[in-house]
Amino acid sequence: MPGLHFLANPARFRRFSQRALPGLALATVLALLVGLYMALIQSPPDYQQGETVRIMFLHVPSAWLAMAGYALLAALGAALLVWRHPLAALMARAAAPVGACFALVCLLTGSLWGRPMWGTYWVWDARLTSMLLLFFLYLGHIALSRAYDDSDRGDRAAAILALAGVINLPIIKFSVDWWNTLHQPASVARLGGPAIHPTILIPLLWMAGALLLLFILLVLLRTETEIDRRRLEIAEAA
Amino acid sequence: MPPALLDVADLACRRGGRKVFDRLSFSLAEGELLALVGRNGSGKTTLLRALALLVRPEAGTMRWQGNDVQAEPETWRSRLAWLGHLDGLKGDLSVRENLLVAERLRGAPEADDRLDGALVAFDLTALAARPARTLSAGQRRRAALARVAMSQAPVWLLDEPLNALDAPAQHAFRTALANHLAAGGLAIVATHANLGMPAARSLELGIAA
Amino acid sequence: MTPVLALIARDLRLVWRRPGDVAVVLAFFVVATVLFPLGIGPEPNTLSRIAAGVLWCAALFASLLSLDRLFAADYEDGTLDLLLLAPWPLELAALAKCVAHWIVTGLPLALLAPLLGVAFGLRHESLWALTASLLVGTPTLSLIGGLAAALTLGARRSGALLALLALPLCVPTLIFGAGAVETLAMGEDFTTHLLILAALALVALASTPWAMAAALRQAGE
Repeated sequence: MPGLHFLANPARFRRFSQRALPGLALATVLALLVGLYMALIQSPPDYQQGETVRIMFLHVPSAWLAMAGYALLAALGAALLVWRHPLAALMARAAAPVGACFALVCLLTGSLWGRPMWGTYWVWDARLTSMLLLFFLYLGHIALSRAYDDSDRGDRAAAILALAGVINLPIIKFSVDWWNTLHQPASVARLGGPAIHPTILIPLLWMAGALLLLFILLVLLRTETEIDRRRLEIAEAA
Repeated sequence: MPPALLDVADLACRRGGRKVFDRLSFSLAEGELLALVGRNGSGKTTLLRALALLVRPEAGTMRWQGNDVQAEPETWRSRLAWLGHLDGLKGDLSVRENLLVAERLRGAPEADDRLDGALVAFDLTALAARPARTLSAGQRRRAALARVAMSQAPVWLLDEPLNALDAPAQHAFRTALANHLAAGGLAIVATHANLGMPAARSLELGIAA
Repeated sequence: MTPVLALIARDLRLVWRRPGDVAVVLAFFVVATVLFPLGIGPEPNTLSRIAAGVLWCAALFASLLSLDRLFAADYEDGTLDLLLLAPWPLELAALAKCVAHWIVTGLPLALLAPLLGVAFGLRHESLWALTASLLVGTPTLSLIGGLAAALTLGARRSGALLALLALPLCVPTLIFGAGAVETLAMGEDFTTHLLILAALALVALASTPWAMAAALRQAGE
């Protein structure tokens, strides 16, 4: 029977996710509700920035998740290349667009946050520029994995790219930071604003946790879709 | 019966999710020729590429003189001469330059004398200085066969060597192949045409679809 | 002759037989550079300020132009299979191809750039800094580009995809390469930048051959 070996691992994954998804979805919704309440209503407005500081509660966790997402792509890439784990390829395909969306959210919220402060929708701040480059790396991964008729080839090429990219990320961050200090006059404030006060820290971490649950939920859902898509491909080829 | 040099056991390969062949086994001793027969798409090329370690098999072992070939890929590759569907010639280099560089890229020692012999065997002496792109398909195939004949590799893996060859060229190929086998070499040849070598064993692929 | 040198020599000989391929890349470099004064205006102070960045970007784009043929030509005529079957490391073969690419692309670009820099009003010392930064930086571009070429071998839209993959990874080299000239213009020492460029080249040298070989083996399957 074609593709029988393939079903072994993903079947186990299916059983796991059938059990886990409902609880996970509920936890995500609750966490987000609590987090948004804390961020939007409970936490005080900033004495300098006013209400707009609340964007940070979405912007900062998005940045963390975008970076964690790429690290996940690299880990899955290693799992695929070294251990030939079939699920790793499908999960990488599922996770890349999710990570890319978080990077995009980070860029958009960063743009909205900067507008009241500097009057423009974009500043070439070191962190935003690094995030923009990370977004391009995500786009490259997504495009490469889908550029081949043979899905396996696309998955493995994207895996190599993710590993090369993850080595490059610290180098890119370092060089963009340096570039920023060379070109920006000293008077421009960092987008990060003042140091994080404890009353902001707890809602921030809560939102980070809630968005992490959302990330996991989305990746699991999309992995299921990718499994179905791959089974369809195999059935069509036979 | 001489002892087997090449032992293939329970080889299985998958392309694009589909299992191309499964539990394939054969042995080859020195001086033996194995013809792979079967329809297009039956897995002949895949089997040759698996033997050359270009494609990783899903299961099975390949042994040369008892040693696992996949454990020492570089050593195994140095024993192979390969002819694929494509000729493996650079269009802008002359036939002579192509053959010389092919030997250098195999890490083989300087080959001028073997080169001249191979050119004569395939009637390429007059064409030796011409760029490969100016040659006809049959002439290029002869040049590719000359490359194989020139190498001193004990194992020949050939994929459709008779493609585009006219009768004299086919005769030249059979002579070269017979010489190789007589010198103790092995050959595995995928072909949908009759090789015309009476002593060939054959392995049919694609029976269980 | 060792196999590595034989491969470099073969690729150089192939380019020698078709010098137009190199000429086109260099012509593109000049045309692309010339577009900037036409688009921005020929005011001398502006031009000398943007010169380093413009020349570095144009060199980057010009390097990318010839990259999608780096492995594709060998893939199409069957010689890539022969490299995959060679009894010496594929990593060295990939490296050899990048070296040949640099000799016929990065090196001429680095030597041509100062001529264009004069047209942008760069001072003498800046021209030296520009040439030095390109000489040290373009090998990295060839290596990263080679990796992108190996990853996109046989893919759809491989040219555009190659650029999408390579350009973000080339950003550090671009920043420190153009930055070297900027730093000199500000009156400071640019040798740190050259050292960082050299370090980037070493990182690329240590990592890309293995990734390229892995990608090339995927193409052979």
